[in-house]
Amino acid sequence: MKDPFNLIITGVGGQGNVLASQIIGRALVKKGYLITVGETYGLSQRGGAVSSHIRISSKDQYGPVVPQGMADVVLGLEPVESLRILATYGQPEVWCVVNSRPIYPIGVNAGDAVYPDLEVLKNTVAGLSKKLWWIPAADIAAEIGGFFMTNVIMLGALAATGSLPLNQDDYKAALKDIIPPKKLDINLTAFDRGLAEGRA
Amino acid sequence: MSIVALDEPGRTELLMGNEAIARGAIEAGVSFCAGYPGNPSSEIMETLAETAKQIGHYAEWSVNEKVALEAAAAASFAGVRAISSMKQNGVNVVADFLTNLSLSGTKGGLVLVTCDDPSGISSTNEEDARFIGRIGFVPVLEPSTPQDALEITKFAFDLSEELKSLVVVRSLTRVSHTRGLVRFGEIKKNKATPRFDTATSFHTFPVSFKHQIMREKLARAAEIFEDSPFNQYTGQDRPEVLIIVSGVSVLYAKEAISLMGLQDRVGLLRIGTTWPLPPKLVTAHLRSTDRILFLEEVDPYLETSVKAMSAQLGPELGLKHFYGKESGHIPSVGELSCDLVAEALHRIMDVPLPAVDRDYLDRAKKAADELVPVRELGFCPGCPHRASYWSIKNALKMDGRDGFVSGDIGCYTLGIFPTGFNQVKSVHCMGSGLGIACGYGKLGAQGFDQPVITVCGDSTFFHAGIPALINARYNQSNFVLLILDNSATAMTGFQPHPGTGMAAMGNPAGRVDPEVLCRALDLPVTVCDPYDLPGTTKTLYEAVKQGQEAQVIIMKRKCALVQNREGGFPYRLEVDQEKCRGLNCGCSRYCTRIFRCPGLIWDSSTKTARIDEAICVGCGVCADVCSHSAIIRRPKNVGQTA
Repeated sequence: MKDPFNLIITGVGGQGNVLASQIIGRALVKKGYLITVGETYGLSQRGGAVSSHIRISSKDQYGPVVPQGMADVVLGLEPVESLRILATYGQPEVWCVVNSRPIYPIGVNAGDAVYPDLEVLKNTVAGLSKKLWWIPAADIAAEIGGFFMTNVIMLGALAATGSLPLNQDDYKAALKDIIPPKKLDINLTAFDRGLAEGRA
Repeated sequence: MSIVALDEPGRTELLMGNEAIARGAIEAGVSFCAGYPGNPSSEIMETLAETAKQIGHYAEWSVNEKVALEAAAAASFAGVRAISSMKQNGVNVVADFLTNLSLSGTKGGLVLVTCDDPSGISSTNEEDARFIGRIGFVPVLEPSTPQDALEITKFAFDLSEELKSLVVVRSLTRVSHTRGLVRFGEIKKNKATPRFDTATSFHTFPVSFKHQIMREKLARAAEIFEDSPFNQYTGQDRPEVLIIVSGVSVLYAKEAISLMGLQDRVGLLRIGTTWPLPPKLVTAHLRSTDRILFLEEVDPYLETSVKAMSAQLGPELGLKHFYGKESGHIPSVGELSCDLVAEALHRIMDVPLPAVDRDYLDRAKKAADELVPVRELGFCPGCPHRASYWSIKNALKMDGRDGFVSGDIGCYTLGIFPTGFNQVKSVHCMGSGLGIACGYGKLGAQGFDQPVITVCGDSTFFHAGIPALINARYNQSNFVLLILDNSATAMTGFQPHPGTGMAAMGNPAGRVDPEVLCRALDLPVTVCDPYDLPGTTKTLYEAVKQGQEAQVIIMKRKCALVQNREGGFPYRLEVDQEKCRGLNCGCSRYCTRIFRCPGLIWDSSTKTARIDEAICVGCGVCADVCSHSAIIRRPKNVGQTA
């Protein structure tokens, strides 16, 4: 693994960005890594873009913000947010794992701005990534219980890429630590579906 | 059982900076904790409230920051340790008390934590609260990481007891909201029983004498800081450039130095004891080089302090080149980053920037500029504030006298944006919307004839709105106050407040009803449901029209996020594609273009509105916005919300 290894999780307020970063953080700590997680969620519930920067190292503690052009993996819970992150933090070797379901900015609904054609967006992100996983997480979520499962489905897809020094059991153990018991089964199902989709 | 409360010295956990500050207070044996919520500080008091029963301390959300620090000071006067937490704006609120408290002195360790918000990520300003160190004559300590936040908070209590002075710990968004590894220490047991010694007293008289004592306390603090482990130097004995840095920027500096391979040329002096600066330590480092770069957020506080010290020692130290915010090498506004530090070193030392693929970034930026739409802030789906502003907009339009809204602090501040139909024309600090309205409401004699509505959330009303409303009653000012009562301090994470009947530790509490309070002032009070658009608009219109004195309208509806947690909304919405008039509706797509709820999306293929099932919560308000009855409310099973 490159050291430090930089993961950025991005999405829109309410998508469960922080929970995803907590689960990954916990799993990495259990494996003995020195990690720093920087969260940007000022007005996140209020429709804004949110991101979590996870810095992973076996030697040193790094700052909570990834320097520009130094992201190794982008986990995108929303497609245009993934491209927004690449414009500052991307580099030719970056791997992207992206949920294909847009959340339209209000300006787009209002006709003040345009959401790009999804094929064009996908091809653009692909052109800026060494590898791209384009995951229909919202479809899977709707099928298994609701859109709020998107983040854990995407964690499953991330696990499938093998980009982090974690195996699926590490992720699942962290899920068990953090998710309340009542909701654990449905979240494990979500994780497995994401894992299968990521491997497909 | 909260992890933060575990009595397991040596245990290592991934903690948020704010949790680490709470842990530091717990380890120091804190007895009394009081604060007011505000990002990025809220999790400190939340954690202390959550752990209160396990550990045995007391925690409360006070009505505002000033009362919080005053209550905490009482605990200190009674000989036990106390902490008060707030965001940077809160330090302004406590300033009057604080500048007298530093004269009166303290007894039990008393610590104020301020969490500053560079770039104003969740704030109305990016004020640097370290100013309080200078005007209040109190020591200021600055952590850089969550582990550091624990250690510094713990030390702050000891320092406070040694100096008999309040001590300020100044955190930052990137410390408070960063998760890092934190190693637990021992939790102090056998806390003192609070008791006020009536042989002592705490006041400011005689004033000049106490002022002198205050200065002596600061001088003593500077001596203690000479050997503080919170000031560390890394680098050569005689570096080409010395960086003097506080807060999270130490991590940015370390990374920039490493990426640029400057370990042998640049020295790094991290200062954790920012005020007062230890003069011997600082001058020793100033002697080691002629070029000094300052890194700190937000204002040049270290920078001006060190320069003043250097000027004092001028002939002895010789000429120095200082780089920082005042020289323009570091931006004077906004957050710092590793990239900005690298840029400064590049300019000062003429060394290459860290190797990144600029062509790639240019390409990615070009693609993003072309494809990525702006994501503006907006009220959540189902938010009662959107409905309230809708009625305000229509009532003011019906009135026709060019009325406007004086705004305040909370989610509803977003009323300055299109999501609140740009109704709000001024926003400053907690409660100021009401105070400003008091002024407009007395301009009539000079010919002012515009109606004024002021909006104030329930928590903000309790915090600082009440005195202004009393002023309005007393001076007979004419305006309409809308208390946007959503039963939560929603912006900062749903903390309870005096109107909720719950206290911080989860216990039932005395409830203050804003309606009863306003009626006691003998003001006309009406209660409305913001979801009832026609009814609310009518009430508002009549209030604005007939206004001779201050009138209160209470908009009562739970925050949509709270409602979602408590079983959700009754409706499943759908747009009748036959009835939707699309581009021909109200000068084109009325609901999506004007009402702007994120749950309503525009289908560009059919040129009609649709409901986004992933976003819509089912409040049903939009059905009343559509003038062609195309948006239909259907009942859904409450409780089965996605």
